Amino acid sequence: MLEVRGLTRSFGGLKAVDGVDLDVPEGEIVGLIGPNGAGKTTCFAAIAGFVRPDAGSVRFAGRDVTGHAPHLVARAGMVRTFQITQPFARLSVRENVMVGAWLRHGRRAEAEEAADRVARSVGMGAMLDMRAGDLTVAGRKRLELARALATSPRLLLLDEVMAGLNPTEVAEIVGVVRAIRDGGVTILLIEHVMQAVVSLAEHVHVLNQGRIIARGTPAAIAADPAVVEAYLGHGAAARLAGGGGGG
Amino acid sequence: MTPRARLLLALGAVAALALPLVLPSNYAVNVAVMILFSAFLGQAWNIAGGFAGQTSFGHVVFFGTGAYASTILHATWGWNPWLAWPVAALAGGAVGLGIGALAFRAGLRGSYFALVTLAFAEVFRILANSAEFTRGGLGILIKADARAANFQFKDPASLYYIALALVAASLAIAWWLRRSRFGAQLAAIRENEDAARALGIDVLRAKTLCMGISGAMAGAGGTFYAQKYLYIDPSIAFGVEKSVEMLLVSMIGGAGTVFGPLVGAIALGFVGEATRALTSAQGLGLVVYGMILVAIVARLPDGLIGLFARRIRRRGGRDA
Amino acid sequence: MPSIDILLAGIVNGLAAGAVYVLVAVGLTLIYGVLHIVNFAHGSLLMLAMYATYFLFAKAGVDPYAALPIVAGGAFALGYALYRGVIGRFAHGKDENILLITLGLSIALDNLALFLFTGDTQTIDVAHAQRMVEFGPLFLPRAKVIAFAAALAICAALGLWMARSDTGKAIRAVAKERQGARLVGIDVDHVFAVSYGIGIACLGAAACLLMPSFYVSPSSGHAFVLIAFTTVVLGGMGSFPGALAGGFAIGVIESLGGLLLGEQLGQIGISLAFILVLLLRPTGLFGARR
Repeated sequence: MLEVRGLTRSFGGLKAVDGVDLDVPEGEIVGLIGPNGAGKTTCFAAIAGFVRPDAGSVRFAGRDVTGHAPHLVARAGMVRTFQITQPFARLSVRENVMVGAWLRHGRRAEAEEAADRVARSVGMGAMLDMRAGDLTVAGRKRLELARALATSPRLLLLDEVMAGLNPTEVAEIVGVVRAIRDGGVTILLIEHVMQAVVSLAEHVHVLNQGRIIARGTPAAIAADPAVVEAYLGHGAAARLAGGGGGG
Repeated sequence: MTPRARLLLALGAVAALALPLVLPSNYAVNVAVMILFSAFLGQAWNIAGGFAGQTSFGHVVFFGTGAYASTILHATWGWNPWLAWPVAALAGGAVGLGIGALAFRAGLRGSYFALVTLAFAEVFRILANSAEFTRGGLGILIKADARAANFQFKDPASLYYIALALVAASLAIAWWLRRSRFGAQLAAIRENEDAARALGIDVLRAKTLCMGISGAMAGAGGTFYAQKYLYIDPSIAFGVEKSVEMLLVSMIGGAGTVFGPLVGAIALGFVGEATRALTSAQGLGLVVYGMILVAIVARLPDGLIGLFARRIRRRGGRDA
Repeated sequence: MPSIDILLAGIVNGLAAGAVYVLVAVGLTLIYGVLHIVNFAHGSLLMLAMYATYFLFAKAGVDPYAALPIVAGGAFALGYALYRGVIGRFAHGKDENILLITLGLSIALDNLALFLFTGDTQTIDVAHAQRMVEFGPLFLPRAKVIAFAAALAICAALGLWMARSDTGKAIRAVAKERQGARLVGIDVDHVFAVSYGIGIACLGAAACLLMPSFYVSPSSGHAFVLIAFTTVVLGGMGSFPGALAGGFAIGVIESLGGLLLGEQLGQIGISLAFILVLLLRPTGLFGARR
């Protein structure tokens, strides 16, 4: 469903994303992980059209969408959420989700009904009338998800949708995400919360300093020394393998 | 809409229709006419500034364009003012689309947008002051010929009902905006443009279109004003005072609400009359307006309607 | 097309006027750079300072150049009080709010002037400033020469003070990093108020330099606000070299505009410059790339 080839984007002199190749097969949940500052969100921004790639291509459902405007990408069916939530603060939860629903429904009654349905499916049924600005972090994360979901996407780009949630909330959202996929939506997610990555992702790509350094199942990459080094520092893999004496 | 709100609206409509019969003098009816007119212009500003969050300081440019368009067509080319009226609205709308496209394509927001609209209004004012076809600083006088067919009325009651019709139309537009997909897009844009984009909204197109609608309404207002006073000149048509009034009326009543501009116009109308009763010296009323604006921004950012809404919410009711 | 002599005279006149615009712009730039607020009341406050200068001359016979320290000092106090009492208190940090608050302030001030002083324009006649000074082939009124020299001297002095004095350093610290400045014990609110005050004091000085060659009326405020912002936007919001370049550029644009297009139409140059800069290069000639 999503084919990214040679994606490159620099800011000033720094290559934030450096020749990234990525495939997300239809109907799968794919993870994009990596230490802080690896360039994951920049990848999303470049894929979804918020930032123009310096080089490389993005193909979605067989069409080239490289560098297309973000609203066109969203209309094509690839919708992103934001790492730092961006609620429509003064609108109610219902109105927030309706903004997403309006993309596919031309009549108010339909949009409202679809929004209510989606909100309930992520567990926000009780909060529909609340002002979005009054939500907790967990609530806002769910709202991001619900809003994007209401656009009837074919591919969801979820950016750290678990961040700031406690283990119970994470378990709940994991269930919700899985249900979304089972409903026919392909998912590419950026995640730091390993519990979520391991439970959800069938394949994982590891990004470090703008480059993909490993790919595979969650189990495989957890054992990959390059990945361990990326997260824990140079020489860590060897130290861990050697039993951890000293340093 | 709740049944209680519907009742209030019905009562309000009846009161509005009956008002000229109840008011004691022609002067009072005239005050009412200007309050309604102010509410109409305020609603025009509200479309862009309140619903879409694009605060403009130069909205008078659309008003003046409309005023000159219909007045030139009528006074110089002999058009019937009723026919010139829609042309004025179109002219205002076209200028709205133009300024919107230029400003938004350049990515102007917030203070920069406000200032550039001010600059456009200034440019139009200076041009009107120097051009032949606008008669420059002399302005254009419309020959007094008070017949309904000529869009001129001797008695203020007739103008009152026209103004009332305009306000009703503006309320309908605002109401439609609130409930439509386009309105939802504008609200999303107002709150967070990037999030709006991520949900498939063509932000540039929506903002530009909204300026067009807002400009068309203000342009229509220009004709009404010209036909009432039978005279326009560059400072009347493009002076900054009107921009300020349009903004003030919406902010005070509640920017982004349907009834905000009407409430604000009524409130400001009372303040204006009160200060006029205190002193004949010019300017005092506007000093108060300025202070009210500061007070509103500081304490009541949702305007007077926000104040009522908060009270209702606290009592447990739901928003209309 | 006017002759080269007249054009040259126009440019020189523009530069002379431009120096005072630089002073106005420096105040606005300081306020924007430190407080990140777009001070819409800038024009109205200049108008008030000009009235103060007028009254000092008309009622107390004080020469405007002698009055400069008084008016600038009073303006500083007013600015400080306005920030502490109104702007700082009510802004709640939001950009939108501050723009509207300063708009409200400007409306109140413009109309207060209208109410107190009526709509008449006022001028002062400072005899010694009317005398012409010879500059090679050109003749300039003394008032303009003094304005030019004084404005630049004040800017230089201000620049020096900002670089050397403790308060100046505190201001620059707050401008760069608000929280950090707070952490090292700088009273940030006081610094904000001082910065705003200095910005308005610049207006006080500018008023004294303008009055001998100009006039004042309640609508001057509105006329000046666009000039002030065009100057700053042209040079780049928050850039001092930009304020310098912008001020002179606007002075020349205004002067040449009046020369080539006539008194009325010439004014359009400023507004057009403003629009063009914002549409084509919003960061201005010197501003940081966004």
